[in-house]
Amino acid sequence: MPSPLSLTASGLHKRYGDVKALDDFSLDIPPGTIHGLLGPNGAGKSTAVRALATLIDVDRGEASVAGHNVRTSPAKVRQRIGLVGQAAAVDEILGGTQNLVMFGRLFGLSKSAATARAAQLLNAFDLTEAAGRPVSGYSGGMRRRLDIAASLILSPAVLFLDEPTTGLDPRGRNEVWRTIRTIAAQGTTVLLTTQYLDEADQLADSISVMNAGHVVQSGTPDELKKQLGADRIVITVTDAAELARVAASVRVHTEPTIDEAGRSVTIEAPAGTAALMAAVRALDDAGIEPVDLVLRRPTLDEVFLALTAQENAS
Amino acid sequence: MTTLLTPRSPALRNGWILTQRELLHWVRQPALPIFGLLFSIMLLLMFGFLFGGAIEVPGGGDYINFLLPGMFTLTMLFGLEGTMLAMSTDATKGITDRFRSMPIHSSAVAFGRCGADMASSVLNLAVLIVGGLFIGWRITTDLGSALVAVALLLWLRFALLWIGIFLGIAFRSPAATMAVQVLVWPVGFLSNVFVAPETMPGWLGAIAQWNPISATATATRQLFGNPTGVTSGWMTEWAVPMALLWPLVLTLVFLPLSARAYRHLRR
Repeated sequence: MPSPLSLTASGLHKRYGDVKALDDFSLDIPPGTIHGLLGPNGAGKSTAVRALATLIDVDRGEASVAGHNVRTSPAKVRQRIGLVGQAAAVDEILGGTQNLVMFGRLFGLSKSAATARAAQLLNAFDLTEAAGRPVSGYSGGMRRRLDIAASLILSPAVLFLDEPTTGLDPRGRNEVWRTIRTIAAQGTTVLLTTQYLDEADQLADSISVMNAGHVVQSGTPDELKKQLGADRIVITVTDAAELARVAASVRVHTEPTIDEAGRSVTIEAPAGTAALMAAVRALDDAGIEPVDLVLRRPTLDEVFLALTAQENAS
Repeated sequence: MTTLLTPRSPALRNGWILTQRELLHWVRQPALPIFGLLFSIMLLLMFGFLFGGAIEVPGGGDYINFLLPGMFTLTMLFGLEGTMLAMSTDATKGITDRFRSMPIHSSAVAFGRCGADMASSVLNLAVLIVGGLFIGWRITTDLGSALVAVALLLWLRFALLWIGIFLGIAFRSPAATMAVQVLVWPVGFLSNVFVAPETMPGWLGAIAQWNPISATATATRQLFGNPTGVTSGWMTEWAVPMALLWPLVLTLVFLPLSARAYRHLRR
């Protein structure tokens, strides 16, 4: 009887010397969804992925991926997963086709089946034109797409992507994002680690914020943003010298945040539009004319910083 | 052809696929193996003609005939760097992790390395043998003995393969690779490859004589019917058994160490 979850981990611990890379790490991911594992450098994101992808043994805890126990049946897990690590793990001297045919044959496909699958994947990933060229000449985005294609040869149930867009230019990042959305739309469960909040916001159905080896908070991007409660009002002025005066005039009950470089003041607005109207009146009374005045939801950046700050303080 | 060469066991089949990967590297990037061959030929010419005239072989005999089996042996030793570099490159580029996340047996990776490196050693040896024949090296025994000599050389290379795999997995930094590339020189030169130990100071000669590659060099000299530079001591009788034994010992030590290092990647 298959588990209703594609991936579960409960109480994973992994220690490297004095460093607790995983410290009671738990996670549940339903099938067919994209889950973003978000955290600063050293939070344990890669260790979590490496443990779930059977690359490393954990000290304690249980995990199952695609219905198989990671510790007791790693070989079965490997049949059902794809791993895209931080380095683009493709052979640089070989061409795109040669890479995919090699990995396909290693996965047990016959030469002709591997060749057919390679052509199909290269086409789907827009790499047909570059198929014969050595990978060393590929752009970062192309290399990453080939890397992802190599992980999809057997149509895995779960695909792990460890910081798939780190080091890519915006164009390469968009290409990879499109690829990941397509993969998930076809029913593959995706676990993606990232340091970029907008990446998680863009791609993930649900997000876990990770710090110091465990998940601090999980939820949909919207839920996490709601956690931080109030909307914000951002007032931008032309002259940075005016910022202090702006802050003084709109100070109601919480301390405004001043961004010198952005020439803006941010205040929390629990009452939404009413607070916005109050701010407008206060600015008018003080004779300040802002260049921009917006009411917005908190960004994931703010959620993330608030959650990790809480965690580090306690 | 391919069907004949494709073995039934999945690990052997995957090993063969990984060997083919290396053969494709040669085709796509021939500069590297060609420079490797030119390097061997350069060493051969340098020692054969530049230094050779000044070196006396104890017990008599032509230096070129003394040198060539030594060069063959040294080439087997230098192959170690290639094995280590290939292993550490795959590890640092994440390819080893990809293999480890795939449903393939870990021994396939070793079989692949073995196939690729033995193939490259056979090619290297063939080029040196032909090069040697051009500059006057001669086999004075029979074809059978010569083939046994080649087998002993490859047996040494096989043992060194495991040292290379072990070092490449256990110390996979570019600095470690550099260190090994430097260290093979004293290991290679502190032997009887270029100079007979009998001409060295006593303690140095003893070290050189007990160097595992000296046994293979002397054994192949005997089998090719070339001057050995050995006039007394255990090496006169025991070179061939030692050339069988040393690589066996190295394999028995480093094959399990390689397997252990690969397992320890899971830590």
